[in-house]
Amino acid sequence: MSELTALGIAEARDLLASGKLSSRDLTAAHITAMEAARHLNAYVAETPERALADADASDKRRKSGAAGAMDGIPVGIKDLFCTEGVETTAGSRILKGFRPPYESTVTANLFKAGAVMLGKTNMDEFAMGSSNETSAFGPVENPWRRQGDNRPVVPGGSSGGSAAAVAARIAMGATASDTGGSIRQPAAFCGIVGLKPTYGRCSRYGMVAFASSLDQAGPMARSVRDAAIMLGAMAGFDLRDSTSAEVPVPDFEAAVGKDIKGLRIGIPKEYRVDAMPPEIEALWAKGRAWLEGRGAIPVEISLPHTKYALPTYYIVAPAEASSNLARYDGVRYGMRKDAAELEDMYEETRGAGFGPEVRRRILIGTYVLSAGYYDAYYLKAQRVRALIARDFDLAFEKVDAILAPTAPSDAFAIGDKSDDPIAMYLNDVFTVPASLAGLPGISVPAGLSAAGLPLGLQVIGKAFDEECVLRVGAVIEAEAKFRALS
Amino acid sequence: MSLIEGRSGQWEVVIGLEVHAQVVTESKLFSGASTAFGAEPNTQVSLVDAAMPGMLPVINARAVEQAVRTGLGLKAEINLRSVFDRKNYFYPDLPQGYQISQYLQPIVGKGEMVLDLPGGATRTVGITRLHLEQDAGKSIHDRDPHKTYVDLNRSGVALMEIVSEPDMRSAEEAAVYLAKLRSILRYLGTCDGNMEEGSLRCDANVSVRKPGGPLNTRCEIKNVNSIRFLRQAIDYEARRQIELIEDGGEVKQETRLFDSKKGETRSMRSKEFAHDYRYFPDPDLLPLELDPDWVVAIKASLPELPDEKKRRFQYEFGISAEAAEVLVAEREHAEYFEEAAKGHDAKAVANWVTGELFGALNRMGKGIADSPIKAASLGGLVDLISDGTISGRIAKDVFDAMLETGREASDIVAEKGLKQVTDTGAIEAVVDQVLAANPKQAEQLRSGDNKVIGWLVGQIMKASRGKANPKMVNDILAKKAGG
Amino acid sequence: MPVDRPTVARIAALARIKIADEELDRLAGELSKIIGWVEQLEEVNTEGVAPMASVAAMKLRRREDKVTDGGIPDKVLANAPESVDGFFVVPKVVE
Repeated sequence: MSELTALGIAEARDLLASGKLSSRDLTAAHITAMEAARHLNAYVAETPERALADADASDKRRKSGAAGAMDGIPVGIKDLFCTEGVETTAGSRILKGFRPPYESTVTANLFKAGAVMLGKTNMDEFAMGSSNETSAFGPVENPWRRQGDNRPVVPGGSSGGSAAAVAARIAMGATASDTGGSIRQPAAFCGIVGLKPTYGRCSRYGMVAFASSLDQAGPMARSVRDAAIMLGAMAGFDLRDSTSAEVPVPDFEAAVGKDIKGLRIGIPKEYRVDAMPPEIEALWAKGRAWLEGRGAIPVEISLPHTKYALPTYYIVAPAEASSNLARYDGVRYGMRKDAAELEDMYEETRGAGFGPEVRRRILIGTYVLSAGYYDAYYLKAQRVRALIARDFDLAFEKVDAILAPTAPSDAFAIGDKSDDPIAMYLNDVFTVPASLAGLPGISVPAGLSAAGLPLGLQVIGKAFDEECVLRVGAVIEAEAKFRALS
Repeated sequence: MSLIEGRSGQWEVVIGLEVHAQVVTESKLFSGASTAFGAEPNTQVSLVDAAMPGMLPVINARAVEQAVRTGLGLKAEINLRSVFDRKNYFYPDLPQGYQISQYLQPIVGKGEMVLDLPGGATRTVGITRLHLEQDAGKSIHDRDPHKTYVDLNRSGVALMEIVSEPDMRSAEEAAVYLAKLRSILRYLGTCDGNMEEGSLRCDANVSVRKPGGPLNTRCEIKNVNSIRFLRQAIDYEARRQIELIEDGGEVKQETRLFDSKKGETRSMRSKEFAHDYRYFPDPDLLPLELDPDWVVAIKASLPELPDEKKRRFQYEFGISAEAAEVLVAEREHAEYFEEAAKGHDAKAVANWVTGELFGALNRMGKGIADSPIKAASLGGLVDLISDGTISGRIAKDVFDAMLETGREASDIVAEKGLKQVTDTGAIEAVVDQVLAANPKQAEQLRSGDNKVIGWLVGQIMKASRGKANPKMVNDILAKKAGG
Repeated sequence: MPVDRPTVARIAALARIKIADEELDRLAGELSKIIGWVEQLEEVNTEGVAPMASVAAMKLRRREDKVTDGGIPDKVLANAPESVDGFFVVPKVVE
């Protein structure tokens, strides 16, 4: 049984294709593992009957010779994606009991490719958080522990449940979403691969919206190849999303294993932040050496507006969120706190339904858009955003990809940072810039911290150049020889 | 100058109108649900309209085209780049918690409309802008004393908001503006202008001032759903503001509702917090970019609009400005007239159309499309009058018969033997007959009393059962008088 | 610029989120800190820089005007906390 959950997607695919393995056995093993790992709280909803039905359907399909790219592969679905008939909460009390009568495009694509749904994974409420501690359904435990410390450690966020599930081998892959780092940072904390594609690569239709100009769906898996396979099954132009890019989906998997001789790798000097932990700096240097050793050319670059990326993000994202979350008003779906009068109903419902971090961000967002403040905050932030994007444009005239750390620390203990919002926001310092520019980024596990916790390295690429990102990421993976949890 | 007499002197009323016109499209502005009127609740609602989690807007190409067409019809600038903004506020019939509208960069900029006022005067009213936005659903408050029922069928339907400059100076001008705007929209086919069904709604911004003085605080009057009510509402509001100021008070900037039963406006008691809509560009949409060639093509495809048609009718058909004005008010009326008038006495046709035909259709409750008398047939009737076959009086009877039977005038005349008598001898015979039967009047006629001619003509017409040519009767009588 | 208690109350009202009186001061403190932190953007020279319209560098796509949706009242009302005769039902607005 445990050997089956140790398989990667690519391996399992080959075994399934050759008939040596059935999806039913593969899925059953994962269901057992999922049930045994409930203490992690990675799943908010387990769907074992659905999973077995999916698996059987897959095995049947395969017999008739029509197997899709992810056929028979059991995955976790972040509870941000609307799954038809299956409760979808986005980690919030305000959506408890909401059963969407529709499917998100990303999950529809995955299921069309034959994927098997094990359950909905836990997440920070409305994707707002970097530790999965804002979930209305309890925090998620990172399957990794600090050496010599019994305290549970955060998996990162907002896709903490997906990351923990993949790392703990209770899912072969999981869908996740990234707005400011919510795929890459938890991937780094959990020692797995997380890929945020270019904005517009995956459709946002049916994804509970947090910040519309930043949200992107992406895969989490235990290898770069697996992430590539999964992205291929998730991505694609969607007429129902006006921000969906009309670009063909290349064979992402083909990029894995390509050599990187002559590729120019940008090393952004501004990512060398104050109080950067030496072990992270050291890992970054090691990463650079690995790439150079394989024939790439490191190039020092400057992304001058880097330090303004976080404040820019924490104006733009809350602003958009404050508007996107206005629909949670107790009228048409979700929680309602009844009252005699409409305005009271709104206030009670939203007061009780939203957690403190969501409330904080809605208030910030409402404030920065309000009369008298719009120019100074929101408009200003959008101008700085344009400068940040331009920094990348200029840099990419000189380099093909950028190498950076993913997170400014290893995973911290649950409860350690939850009192200080800004301290929590600083977790996103290396991931937010690429989000603001809409660029693809991958986190690849590259080493361990002194405390024995995973550390990741990030590769950022040009728009719609996920292939280059995967190509470089695969080399880091090969060089790092990171040992996953067994 | 239509000033209002107050206690302290004369006042001028300043009016600007904001019109919301439902765009003629099959589906909604950002969703594929139907826009048809009168469906069962929530049956024309897509998941996007219901603002379900994860739903996204996709813009309707035809709505964009209709807005451009309307802008061109109003001689306005078309902004090749425009932006959709979110207008954020909470209301049960606003499912998203925001309305997708256009704030700083609307699709259409400045334009104008020339109003023809009674007495021959004109007023040019500036159009400030036109933008596209979503309509809200319907909140029904009277089905339950404690609850509001919400139907989202209308939620997301495309609206064009057309804002005028505060260039109008009387309720009458406002009424003419609204009527003309409605007419232009119907000509263009971009809005059906049905105020009863709510596809055309008007809010009026009204303020008063001493002539030549600075602009004063204005009030917005909502819920005006007919041109008649618009006039009443403005008249009431202007008086209200004048009395308020003359009593020493100050006009408070507020939104007021028009109560059509009482003919009054009253303040909408709103909550303490003023609306702060927090407009920002909708991140689910990109800026709308129009191809200049496409705009040029639309311009070339515009139908002839009322003003041009009116001028052409006067020039081509020689009819009066007033008659032309009436005929071009509705495109279908103008087209009917043009078909009826071609090759016939246009002035006469105009009279028949605006007089007898419109009157009859109103009584029958029919539109011009259902007129029992087709355009060509009306032309036929007028011909029979022009060539003297029937008299004007008989023509009326023929017209009524045509209405009833839908048959051609010539057929009716032939069948009923209504041909006018123009045989001088025959008429003279009738004249002599009447004169002989009325010696007193005959004597008056011979002695040069012209007053008796009218009476005699009446008698002769009666005797000839209306068929004698009246002019010839007069001529013969005149000869007899002189003789 | 610090965010004071009345401002928090006003913003919360705009956002229709009920906040207990006891929480207003603490929230004002938190929000002030965050706003204070994001205000560092004032340092950036953005003269002549157009605000980012969209990361997606493409034209807004328009769809054909056809009825392709709606007619699904059951789905639309499926999750409604209260519905009667096909309508959504909410407490009345007190005018």
